[in-house]
Amino acid sequence: MSTLTEAPVESAVRELTYAEAIREALAIAMEADERVFLFGEDVGVYGGAFGVSGDLVHRFGTERVIDTPISELGIAGAAVGAAITGMKPVLEIQFSDFVTLAMEQIVNQAAKIRFMFGGKAKVPMVVRLPGGSGTGAAAQHSQSLEAWFAHVPGLKVIQPSSPHDAKGMLLSAIDDPNPVLIFEHKLLYKTKGHVPEGDYRVPIGKAAVRREGRDLTIVGSSIMAVRAAAAAEKLAEEGIDAEVIDLRSLRPIDFDTIAASVRKTHRLMVVYEGVKTMGIGAEISAMIAESDVFDFLDAPIVRLGGAEVPLPYNPVLEKAAVPQEDDILTAARRLARGDA
Amino acid sequence: MKADTDTTARRPNQRPELAAIDDETMRSVLRKMHLIRKFEEAAEASYMRGLIHGTMHLSIGQEASAVGATLALMDEDYILSTHRGHGHCIAKGAEPARMFAEFFGKENGYCRGRGGSMHIADVDGGNLGANGIVGGGLPIAVGVGMSIKAQKLDRVAVVFFGDGASNEGAFHEALNMASIWKLPILFVCENNKYGMSMDIGRAMAVPNVADRAVAYAMPGVVVDGNDLPAVAAVAREAAERARAGGGPTLIECKTYRLRGHSKSDRNLYRTKEEIEDWRNRCPIRRLEAELVAHERFTPEVLMTIEEAAQAEIDTALDFAKASPDPDPKDLTRDVYAD
Ligand SMILES: Cc1ncc(C[n+]2csc(CCOP(=O)(O)OP(=O)(O)O)c2C)c(N)n1
Ligand SMILES: [Mg+2]
Repeated sequence: MSTLTEAPVESAVRELTYAEAIREALAIAMEADERVFLFGEDVGVYGGAFGVSGDLVHRFGTERVIDTPISELGIAGAAVGAAITGMKPVLEIQFSDFVTLAMEQIVNQAAKIRFMFGGKAKVPMVVRLPGGSGTGAAAQHSQSLEAWFAHVPGLKVIQPSSPHDAKGMLLSAIDDPNPVLIFEHKLLYKTKGHVPEGDYRVPIGKAAVRREGRDLTIVGSSIMAVRAAAAAEKLAEEGIDAEVIDLRSLRPIDFDTIAASVRKTHRLMVVYEGVKTMGIGAEISAMIAESDVFDFLDAPIVRLGGAEVPLPYNPVLEKAAVPQEDDILTAARRLARGDA
Repeated sequence: MKADTDTTARRPNQRPELAAIDDETMRSVLRKMHLIRKFEEAAEASYMRGLIHGTMHLSIGQEASAVGATLALMDEDYILSTHRGHGHCIAKGAEPARMFAEFFGKENGYCRGRGGSMHIADVDGGNLGANGIVGGGLPIAVGVGMSIKAQKLDRVAVVFFGDGASNEGAFHEALNMASIWKLPILFVCENNKYGMSMDIGRAMAVPNVADRAVAYAMPGVVVDGNDLPAVAAVAREAAERARAGGGPTLIECKTYRLRGHSKSDRNLYRTKEEIEDWRNRCPIRRLEAELVAHERFTPEVLMTIEEAAQAEIDTALDFAKASPDPDPKDLTRDVYAD
């Protein structure tokens, strides 16, 4: 199995959706390693609530693509048990919101077992979590809880924004000897992009500069990286040259890439879907404030995060609760031009 | 029982469960079952026409369990519902117009457009809410039972949940607490054979959800969930026991959802024949046929009841469509109480 760090861009341009890219990564991992298995609610013949597992049950059988009862705490614990005894479970939590029921096993057990046992065990499990708003699913099916888990030592938390990264990062996650949570935005599942064939890896803990620019730095991950990149193109037409950093990984976080960018642009905006207060924006801002990069800032840092509210059902309110491309544009203009 | 106009007494050959429901009550039962069916058909049509955002879970085929289990309830009694909750809501007496308004995300919906189909609550009417979390209502019902007991109220709580929900830890924790504290709760499982695509036979080690009552030392009763008088009789007995301090009951209504789990379901896990077979066991038609056979209602009268329900739904839908949207300025209202 050949392992590339980043796929060669010149390989034949083949487009897959984000969901298909994840499925392909799962198939590659299951073909390569018998210890890998997928389980969760309706991942079998239903094909997954968002169609991600699709036909995998027909390719790998019900022993390796396992439908579970509706028992989130139980299945998360089962993943831990399988992982510490030689298997490599990939668990799908049907909507990331339901991870709240599985919190105990992920936070108290999976994250801590290696440390508590003095390095004598490892927990190589992956939890896949479809999250985010924009589908009218209301307050209990639309949250962005990634920051909660990024607070826990022992876990890794990733949030790929493209089909390319989704496949490459999931393969890295399955290979990782630690519990990795991958937050997949529901609105990204149908987005398409170039995905190389075969096995390749996108490393965990490494951000990507999606667009180079001089005037300000916009940091985001998952769908916010996509919205930021789209906004940056519009800003360019107005003469504002934004640098866009796709964070990709929240824990570990690639502060060096952010720092290098801010040293150049002197202005920073962090965009994220989770609730603004106590979130990703706070952490990145604090890292800047604690470092020498602080001296490079020409303007206060801007955090553009979710509103302080559970996600509403009404579509107008739902949109208003989460940063949209227009919000990024407005905030970026203000930050770049200094007009408040 | 009503006097002379009531045909109940004149039909001694009826089974007792049917005879126990007088004509006036029966009219209300039929009206509600039709309202539920037609509400959901209209909701489905609105969804197909792109008028509704999000998803929804239809209970078409399960009307008898919703209406039967709540028949013995008083206005002050409580229910806790599920993601598949339109039927429970109507059964407890909610207005379809305000339910549709919620569905359309409107300001005068039951939850002011904030909750949508999966979170409709009618707190003033004793409906403590549908729930987006499978099993989420079960432990809440325990607290409602504690509250009833602490305040010495003559009330009961009915908590609805699915077969799938009975595999959550919350189910087991809730039944245990309700039993040790003898709380006035009816645990009503609507076993429609599937939790999304998961056949109950693959998800559970026992054949009946009601078998699990043994572990919590409470009565566990299996009832044909498409048989309204049977459900009503079982629920009445459980409610009487609860009110008398006899503690909770687990009631399992065996039923079937005729529609997919939600709008994205391609029904890959069940056969057309199975769906067709259950379509023939429609709880509404079945009850009507029995009423006609016993000459309690003529087909003409039944038709009038159905048409009146349809008219009510049409008006309700118009009301919702004409209702105002919430003001985005109010986005963060009601996150905290004052
Ligand atoms: C905790 C939790 N897990 C999973 C889901 C997704 N989900 C919603 S309904 C459902 C099936 C529920 O089955 P059941 O309890 O039998 O109720 P039914 O849908 O059949 O009425 C699932 C898996 C959820 N909403 N909440
Ligand atoms: Mg079910």
